[in-house]
Amino acid sequence: MAPKTTAEVGGMGHAIKRKEDPRFIRGQGRYVDDITLPGMLYLDIVRSPYAHAKIKAIRTEQALKVPGVLAVITGETLAQYNLHWMPTLMSDTQMVLPTEKVMYQAQEVAGVIATSRYAAADGVDAVEVDYEPLPVVVDPFKALEPGAPVLRTDKKDKKDNRIFHWEVGDRAGTDRAFTEADVKVTQHIYLPRIHVASIETCGCVADFDRVRGKLTVYMTTQAPHAIRTVVALVAGHVGLSEEKIRIVSPDIGGGFGGKVPVYPGYVIAIAASVVTGHPVKWIEDRMENLQADSFARDYHIRAELAAKKDGTMTALRIKTVADHGYADAAANPSKFPAGLFSICTGSYGFKNAFAEVDGVYTNKPPGGIAYRCSFRVTEAVHTIERMADVLAQELKLDPADLRLKNFIPPEKFPYRSALGWEYDSGNYAGALKKAMEKIGYAQLRKEQAEKRKRGELMGIGISSFTEIVGAGPSKQFDILGIKMFDSCEIRVHPTGKATARFGTKSQGQGHETTYAQIVAEELGIPAAHVEVEEGDTDTAPYGLGTYASRSTPTAGAAGAMAARKIREKAKKIAAHLLEVGEEDLVWELGKFSVTGAPQKSKTIQEIAFAAYTNHPQGMEAGLEAVSYYDPPNLTFPFGSYICVVDIDRGTGEVKIRRFVAVDDCGNIINPMIVDGQIHGGLTMGMAPALLEEISYDENGNIQGGSFMDYLLPTAVETPKWETDKTVTPSPHHPLGAKGVGESATVGAPPAIVNAVVDALAHLGVRHIDIPITPEKVWRILKEKGVAE
Amino acid sequence: MAMHKITVTVNGTAHSAEVESRFLLVHFIREVLGLTGTHIGCDTTHCGACTVLLDGEPVKSCTVLAVQAHGRRVMTVEGLERDGKLDPIQEGFMQEHGLQCGFCTPGMMMTGHALLRRTKNPSEAEIRQAISGNLCRCTGYVNIVKAVQYAAAKQQ
Ligand code: FES
Ligand code: FES
Repeated sequence: MAPKTTAEVGGMGHAIKRKEDPRFIRGQGRYVDDITLPGMLYLDIVRSPYAHAKIKAIRTEQALKVPGVLAVITGETLAQYNLHWMPTLMSDTQMVLPTEKVMYQAQEVAGVIATSRYAAADGVDAVEVDYEPLPVVVDPFKALEPGAPVLRTDKKDKKDNRIFHWEVGDRAGTDRAFTEADVKVTQHIYLPRIHVASIETCGCVADFDRVRGKLTVYMTTQAPHAIRTVVALVAGHVGLSEEKIRIVSPDIGGGFGGKVPVYPGYVIAIAASVVTGHPVKWIEDRMENLQADSFARDYHIRAELAAKKDGTMTALRIKTVADHGYADAAANPSKFPAGLFSICTGSYGFKNAFAEVDGVYTNKPPGGIAYRCSFRVTEAVHTIERMADVLAQELKLDPADLRLKNFIPPEKFPYRSALGWEYDSGNYAGALKKAMEKIGYAQLRKEQAEKRKRGELMGIGISSFTEIVGAGPSKQFDILGIKMFDSCEIRVHPTGKATARFGTKSQGQGHETTYAQIVAEELGIPAAHVEVEEGDTDTAPYGLGTYASRSTPTAGAAGAMAARKIREKAKKIAAHLLEVGEEDLVWELGKFSVTGAPQKSKTIQEIAFAAYTNHPQGMEAGLEAVSYYDPPNLTFPFGSYICVVDIDRGTGEVKIRRFVAVDDCGNIINPMIVDGQIHGGLTMGMAPALLEEISYDENGNIQGGSFMDYLLPTAVETPKWETDKTVTPSPHHPLGAKGVGESATVGAPPAIVNAVVDALAHLGVRHIDIPITPEKVWRILKEKGVAE
Repeated sequence: MAMHKITVTVNGTAHSAEVESRFLLVHFIREVLGLTGTHIGCDTTHCGACTVLLDGEPVKSCTVLAVQAHGRRVMTVEGLERDGKLDPIQEGFMQEHGLQCGFCTPGMMMTGHALLRRTKNPSEAEIRQAISGNLCRCTGYVNIVKAVQYAAAKQQ
């Protein structure tokens, strides 16, 4: 689709360069650790070496003797203010600092406040804690057994470790469909705990001004407004009231969901600032980050798929045990304890489906943040895309043919899925066929057959995913009761330039550019003249923040709606200036002109000037508008990915030879940025597929708590991604756009796994759990007698 | 703790300070000199966000003591732009969308800049190898490679 605006205006569809880059390429970004305030103190945290233990004593005398150490904050200190526990986003509770026992390794035990980073670290070393180890539960299945130690002894009535049981769909109908099915396949799939590992860790600078009674917190948060409300709710009783709380989310060095929740360190820093009257900085180091927060997945899935002999899928049944760690601190909308896992029917037209999830407590840090996905969509997509291949293998069908046979056809949209979602738009076969053509699918299959004869291992994997992103609508979606709308406020200034503020917060997605393009598209004011601001709760309108690919679907839509309100007012002003009726005016590219007399026109800039200098009598001056946009539905981006792998029979190493990604995110705002989002998402999809895992030994010791053990993809392992697109606009989004930031993280892992399994299928391999490490593959090769 | 008087030339200007033996170069750059473009992303020499040039060679400044830089030359991201003119590597990152959150970017650019001093026209594999000690979680590296290639072409 050709852009409607000129390159100078830079509206939708233009690959304009990013407005945020001039500061970043000069090292002039302002991330939280770059903030230094006069009199600022430093917080460092004492952490538990045990995964489960009673705290018998915390001795702080030696620490307080360390030069520069001013105070040690313990659970007892916070308990005086009733701040030692806090609510989680899922209305569970979580300790800020313990008074009785610790529940996971690396749990925060005490906070040391000092005049420098180094002194604070020395203080941490000098704090002595006596622990009495308690039995550790790391296996969620064991946690559910009768007689398992009950972990949450703080909850009076809690008699077991189950957090919730959640189910969706028609159980009886699905069971019946399974009884009647020609073919049934069952597969256990484990998606291990992983960590977002944004290159910037979490941190904050809390600054309480005792005279004004105002708390300012600069923090790494993806949702500053919601955080402000949470702080007001949690600390209202100690006098922090919402109008006196300012949350500032400065430049953020990557979020991926890890910067949605509130972590104890933030709260301790706030408490320390209130108590000392000084600004207090807390910056996690990498090992703390990898060991204590920002964890995702940990789903133990048993999936069953029923089908007819010809490969028509008839029913899906899934039972999942979800390991949440010691608290349910998942970053989900309140009514969705398993997030949007119910998108698990994927791109296929199932008549029957049923899914159930049991959430379980274990002695691990809280998990359940998204890792660049819209609330458990990755888990759902991995399951269905893996099962499609398991079925294809069982029936000896080509996985592409099986998918094409079962796709929801384009004419069925809007489509109501068996688990209750209304998919807005899609053309799944279009995307898959494009990917097949681009990669040369038929040719690759021939090559594979020849290689097999020679004993070479090559595999081709497909993933045809459907995502669900952009929460609200508010009737279903809220976080702690706050509805999931989002917002934009636009002010057009007298000289025709604009400031636009949004309720979201970019962490690298480029909102300063794409939002400006939306305003440019709608008002004809060049994107270069639109200054976008986000992340300061004192100035930006209230919104729920950036995660789950919701920025474009919600705040982006709010931007379009606010701009349209401005256009309405601009029309009145233009009618006044041109002395015609409003009905005689037409809008085209940044100006109103008189129907039939196009030479009589007023540009948006002229109108803006008039709004402050010559507005009609009886009309309020100014040209601004605000929109709180409540989406009528979610958006359903989709795509088809094809991956080709070669496996080294000597080492078990999987090499991605090619990876073609065809994405459809509806109408595109900035193709350069969309491509960048897909490259990054693909890399974060490859990461858990091949490299990343956080595991624990039986004592709850983390295996992978540093970059030594937790392997992020480098430029060497990462292939040269090949991207392409189809465009199927969202019918309900004002710009026809859908979210895109997470599609690739969601879609890539099953494509890679399917490719590896495909390479080994003739040896009888049907499934491999991620991460598919060389060791895992080598063991399979050895077992099958084909290792070199 | 013993204190040491050090003098380090950073981006062409000599700076002197009293520092503890254990004080890290990255903290000297960020906190003593206030040059916050050099970032910290780990504590195990893995991420490369702290990369600066020490006597022209890229080093991870989180793993160099400030005292080790005494009498030597350091170049940080703030030193790339000269007389209001961007370094080709900076232009490359901007033109090729080689950055998203920007956190890895200063370190990436320093590594890229050093590579192009050594190798005028590196192959894709050489670029990927050169930046393999710099982690980026946002971009998937494709456009970073292009950014370095852009700068290489520009320098020809
Ligand atoms: S901060 Fe120096 S390598 Fe990570
Ligand atoms: S741009 Fe975010 S880590 Fe590289």
